[in-house]
Amino acid sequence: MNKDVKVIKVKNLCKKFGDFTANNNLSFEVSKGEIFGFLGANGAGKTTAIKILCGLSYPTSGEISVAGFDVYKQREQLKRNIGYMSQKFSLYEDLTVFENIRFYGGIYGLSKEVIHRKADDLLKKLDLQHARNKRISSLPLGWKQKLAFSVAIFHDPEIVFLDEPTGGVDPVTRRQFWDLIYEASREGITIFVTTHYMDEAEYCDRVSIMVDGKIEALDTPAKLKEDFNAVDMDQVFLALARTATNVE
Amino acid sequence: MNRFIGFLKKEFYHIFRDKRSMLILFGMPIVQIMLFGYVINTDLKDVKMAVLDHSKDEYTAEIINKITSSGYFQLSNNLKSIEQADVIFRKGDVKLILVFEPDFGKKLVKNSKANVQILTDASDPNTANLEVSYLQGILQNYNVEINQDKQLPSSIQANSRMYFNANLESVFMFIPGIMATILMLVSAMMTSISIAREKELGTMEILLVSPLNPLQIILGKVTPYLALSFINALVIVGMGYFVFGVPVLGSFTLLMAESVLFIFLALSIGIFISTVAKSQQVAMMLSMFVLMLPTIILSGFIFPIRNMPVPLQVISYIIPPKYFIVILKNIMLKGVGLEYVWKETLILLAMTFGFIGLSLKKFKIRLQ
Ligand SMILES: Nc1ncnc2c1ncn2[C@@H]1O[C@H](COP(=O)(O)OP(=O)(O)OP(=O)(O)O)[C@@H](O)[C@H]1O
Ligand SMILES: [Mg+2]
Repeated sequence: MNKDVKVIKVKNLCKKFGDFTANNNLSFEVSKGEIFGFLGANGAGKTTAIKILCGLSYPTSGEISVAGFDVYKQREQLKRNIGYMSQKFSLYEDLTVFENIRFYGGIYGLSKEVIHRKADDLLKKLDLQHARNKRISSLPLGWKQKLAFSVAIFHDPEIVFLDEPTGGVDPVTRRQFWDLIYEASREGITIFVTTHYMDEAEYCDRVSIMVDGKIEALDTPAKLKEDFNAVDMDQVFLALARTATNVE
Repeated sequence: MNRFIGFLKKEFYHIFRDKRSMLILFGMPIVQIMLFGYVINTDLKDVKMAVLDHSKDEYTAEIINKITSSGYFQLSNNLKSIEQADVIFRKGDVKLILVFEPDFGKKLVKNSKANVQILTDASDPNTANLEVSYLQGILQNYNVEINQDKQLPSSIQANSRMYFNANLESVFMFIPGIMATILMLVSAMMTSISIAREKELGTMEILLVSPLNPLQIILGKVTPYLALSFINALVIVGMGYFVFGVPVLGSFTLLMAESVLFIFLALSIGIFISTVAKSQQVAMMLSMFVLMLPTIILSGFIFPIRNMPVPLQVISYIIPPKYFIVILKNIMLKGVGLEYVWKETLILLAMTFGFIGLSLKKFKIRLQ
C-alpha cells in the first residue's frame, strides 16, 4: 500500500432522492493498494455511494475524484480505470466461462491475444481449466463469484469496487475469495469493498462504518475495536448500529 | 469496432441459445403464414361503393336504392366512365364499383336479361369476396321481387371481377398483416425483453460502468434484431411470393425501405419500453398488451377497421402497424409508388423520432 497516493478522494459527498438523504456529507480518502471496507446496515447507503464513485449516477453535491479523475467531468477516463462487481451476480449465465471473459475483455478494448493469454492464466489460477467451455449456469455459486471478481479486474484497473461480493457464499469459499482480494491488492489494485460479514471487516486495512447515510466511524479494525472497547468488529458494528433510526 | 463485434457476438449467442427467442424468430412467421386461411372475416357495414350507370333508368335506380338501404353498402360516387375506376380504387376509400350496362332496363323488359358487373378492390380479397356475395344476394332478391310484382320473367346477370389482379386469393391481405406483427414482435418485444433482462440480471450496470457509452450499448443490443427482422421480412415476402404467389407489384426496394423504417420504429418502441420496464416480465407484459394485441386487433390485419366501433377506429389511428399495413398493401398489391404512401411514411418517421426522443429523455432522468 502506498499511503502517499490517494486514489479515491471524497469530500462532502451528498446524494438525495427527493427529500430522502441517502448519503449525508461523506468525506474520506483511500490510498493506492489499500483494502477499504465500506460497512453499513441494509439501506445505509453503501450501494448509492459506490454507484457515484463508479460514474453510474451523479452526486447531488460534493467533490469526488476516483483514480485521479473527476466524477462529473471525466467519466470516460474514470470508467477505463476501474472495475466493478455489483451486488447482483453479473456474468451471463447463457455464455460459457471463456465467452464471458472474452466479452468483458473485449469491451475494455483488450486485444484478442491478450485476452487469450490472460484467460489461460486466469483459468489455471482458479483451477477452472476444465470448465472453460461450460456455461456459467452450470457452475456452483462460489466459482461464479470468484470468476466474477477475476473478470472485474481482468483489464487491470487501478481500483475495483466490490458491492457485497460474498453474499450467500459459504465460509470456505469466502476465505478463498479473500485470498483473491489479497492477491489483487498485492499487485497494487485498490479494493473498495462492502460487506455484511463482520469477520470480513477484520481483513480490511481500514473500514468505514456508515449509519443512516453518515460515516460514523473510520479507522483500522484494531483501532476501532480499541475505541469502542470491543472484542471484535461485530461489537463495534452493533454499538454503532444501535444509533440507527431507519433500520429496515 | 472490435468491441462492437464482440458485443454483437454475445447478443447472437443470447438469441441462438434461447429456445423461446428461436421459436419466435423462426417458428412464428411460418406458422402464422400457414394459419392465415383459417381466419374468418366479420360482417360488412357501410362499405363505400361507386356506381357507373350507363343506363340510368327506373330499374337501375331501384337496384341502387335497394343496395344502399341494406345497411351494408353506402353510395359515395357516381362515375362517368370506366377510366375513373383506377383512380378511385387507388385512393382506397371505395371498395367496389357497380357497372350497369347501357339500356339495362330496356334489356330487362325486352330480353328478360340484363347485365351488371361488380368490380372489387382486390387488395383486400377476403372482404371483396364477402361483398360480392352480399351484393349478389341483394340482386337475387330484387330479381325475385320483380318476377312476382311486375310479372317479368327476367333475370339479372351479375358477374364480378377483382380489380388489379384477376385471380387473387385471400392469403394476399394476410401477408402485410403477418409482416407487421412479426416485425413488431421481433423488433419491439424481443429488444425490450433483451434490454430488460440485462437490467434485471444486473449486467446492465456492468456495461454502463465499462468504457462503452450508452449509445454503443443500445446499438449493440438492437443491431442483431434489426438484422434478424430484416431477414424475417425477406422470408415473409419470399414465402408469400413463392408459396402462395403473392405478387410484389410495386418497387421491391421501396417495400424493403419501408420495412426497414418500420423496423426502426419498432426498435425505438422496444427501447422505450425497456426504459420503463425494470424486469423481463414487465417488458413482456407491456409488449403484449400495448403492442401485440393492438397490432393484431386494431391494425386492420384480421378485422377490417371500418367494421369496428368508432372509438376503436379512433384508437387505430395511433397504432403504428396500421400505417405500415396500408403502405404494404399499396406497394405489394396495388403496385403504387411513394407518391401514394408518403403520408403514412411520414407518420411512421415522426413516430420513430418521437419514441427515440422519449427514450433519451427517460434515460437522462435516470442518470440523475
Ligand atoms: N433510486 C433511488 N430512489 C430513491 N431511493 C433510493 C434509490 N436508490 C436507493 N434509495 C434508497 O437509499 C437508501 C440506501 O440504499 P442503498 O442501496 O445505497 O443501501 P445499501 O447500503 O447498499 O443497502 P444494502 O445492504 O441493502 O445493499 C435506501 O433506503 C434506498 O431505499
Ligand atoms: Mg447495497
